[in-house]
Amino acid sequence: MATTTQTSRSGKTGRLPKLPRGKDAVIWLLLVAGALVMVFPLYWMFATAVRLKSEIFNGQFNLFPSQLAWSNFSDAWSKLPWTQFYINSTAIALIAVVVTVFINLLAGYTFAKYRFPGRDIIFLAMISTLLIPIQVIMVPEFLITSKLGLVNSWWGVLIPRSAEAFGLFMVRQFMVNIPDELIEAARLDGASEFQIFRKVILPLSGPVIAVLTIFTFMWRWNNFAWPLVVLQDKSSYTVPLGLNLMKGQYYTDWIGVMSMSLVSIIPILVVFVLFQRYFIQGIANTGIK
Amino acid sequence: MIPYIFIAPNLVVFTVFIFIPIIFAFYVRLTQWSLIGTPTFVGLENYTKMFGDGNFWKSFYNTVIYTVGTVPTSMVLRLLVAVGLNRKLPGRTLLRSIYFVPVVISLVAGALVAAWIFNDNYGVINDMLGAMGLKGVPWLSSAKWAMLTLIITTLWLRLGFNMVVYLAALQGIPADLYNAAQVDGATGWKTFRHITWPLLGPTTFLLLVLNVIYSMYVFDLIFVMTGGGPGFSTTVLVQYVYQEAFQQGDMGYASAIGVFLYVLLMAFTLFQWRVTRQSEGTS
Repeated sequence: MATTTQTSRSGKTGRLPKLPRGKDAVIWLLLVAGALVMVFPLYWMFATAVRLKSEIFNGQFNLFPSQLAWSNFSDAWSKLPWTQFYINSTAIALIAVVVTVFINLLAGYTFAKYRFPGRDIIFLAMISTLLIPIQVIMVPEFLITSKLGLVNSWWGVLIPRSAEAFGLFMVRQFMVNIPDELIEAARLDGASEFQIFRKVILPLSGPVIAVLTIFTFMWRWNNFAWPLVVLQDKSSYTVPLGLNLMKGQYYTDWIGVMSMSLVSIIPILVVFVLFQRYFIQGIANTGIK
Repeated sequence: MIPYIFIAPNLVVFTVFIFIPIIFAFYVRLTQWSLIGTPTFVGLENYTKMFGDGNFWKSFYNTVIYTVGTVPTSMVLRLLVAVGLNRKLPGRTLLRSIYFVPVVISLVAGALVAAWIFNDNYGVINDMLGAMGLKGVPWLSSAKWAMLTLIITTLWLRLGFNMVVYLAALQGIPADLYNAAQVDGATGWKTFRHITWPLLGPTTFLLLVLNVIYSMYVFDLIFVMTGGGPGFSTTVLVQYVYQEAFQQGDMGYASAIGVFLYVLLMAFTLFQWRVTRQSEGTS
């Protein structure tokens, strides 16, 4: 993996690259056209969100709104308890990040660096859960969650998903590469096992913590199917459930839906722009090996 | 003892919320149960029902169509985009980010904007067709078109994820190999055919498995965009499971279908794995 980042950097030397010619030009134009298609739905989300109602239903194609009706946002916001939805979503995502990162880091480290009876079988059992469709176990999972009194609560959403097979796998892959000597040295110095984890392993785990943090945030922020089952009171809804609520069976206020959709993706877009490198690294690392 | 303590939180969560539910699902599928009272053991009756259930076969068929429609097409598209973006072209970094963006937004937001774009009466695509003097297409209201609309939307939402995986794999191919090929006089297609493609083998396998899983378990997108309709035309298996469980309250039957799907996917993955291993062994 070390070599890949180097080769990808070679194009970025600060100078403007020359315009492509010949075959490269064709490829470039196709890629740009493709990129426009990819980004168009997001533009359209925005263009609809700020449009006047009269402009939406006239059957004409207008790429640009004639004016920006910012009041659409406050109108849509006032129709549902969005403030509550955002508090719920934010709390769930943030608490989930802390819990998920901590328990998976500790477990991933243990699977990578300790030998104990049943290690491989337990690890395999955990990783193989990636293949299980959540709908299959949703019913018993819901029953257990409700027996524990966690229906309609943040914890009911985040605890069952806190032990994350994908994350565990990612952490273990990372921890395997940490030299055993570091751990041995700390042990000789009389550090307890948990101190080793806290004082030696944690400081080295920056990259994997970053990747796991970002992914957990994204998963929890976007999560739909499980919250749909666990959260039944409207006041406990998360943002995606709120969005789904806006889509009526017979009538849909598309301006409102697009404005609230746009607001809902802003946090994740900001996280993406700031930490793009980690997103791509995370997918590449787990995807490849 | 220490290792067990360290994995305990993880193990407890897995056990309580995943392993026990799995075992439970395997048991419940052999019973008749509506969440109230105790499950009555009925043996394989749920499977007899399943094989005779037209709606089950319809959702099975829909799942297959959706998987076949999304997996090969998106893999080819991704590879093309990744190969293109691996060249030294202006704005490459920005282009990569743009292709990746749909991956990070929620499926619900993605499904909503797609439902709006493909809206039969006021959607921008039909407006564009109208501006060109063409007749609009009933993208979401007709059983004939709805599945295609879902497939197109899926391609948009998923392209970036696996493009990144392919890109990383492409960048992992040593430049020396290409230089050597160039010295030998190999060009474009030949280089791709004999160097790039074989070296991408493991990545292609992994993406194939992941994409089949994603496609067979698709839920959010279809639930929000079409709700499985019109009629039963876009209901896929996981949604059928969800409906049987949470709307019909037929837990036994829902679990039976769920376990069937799980076993099917396991078999497919093992088969894929075998095939790849064999082809790796011979080359």
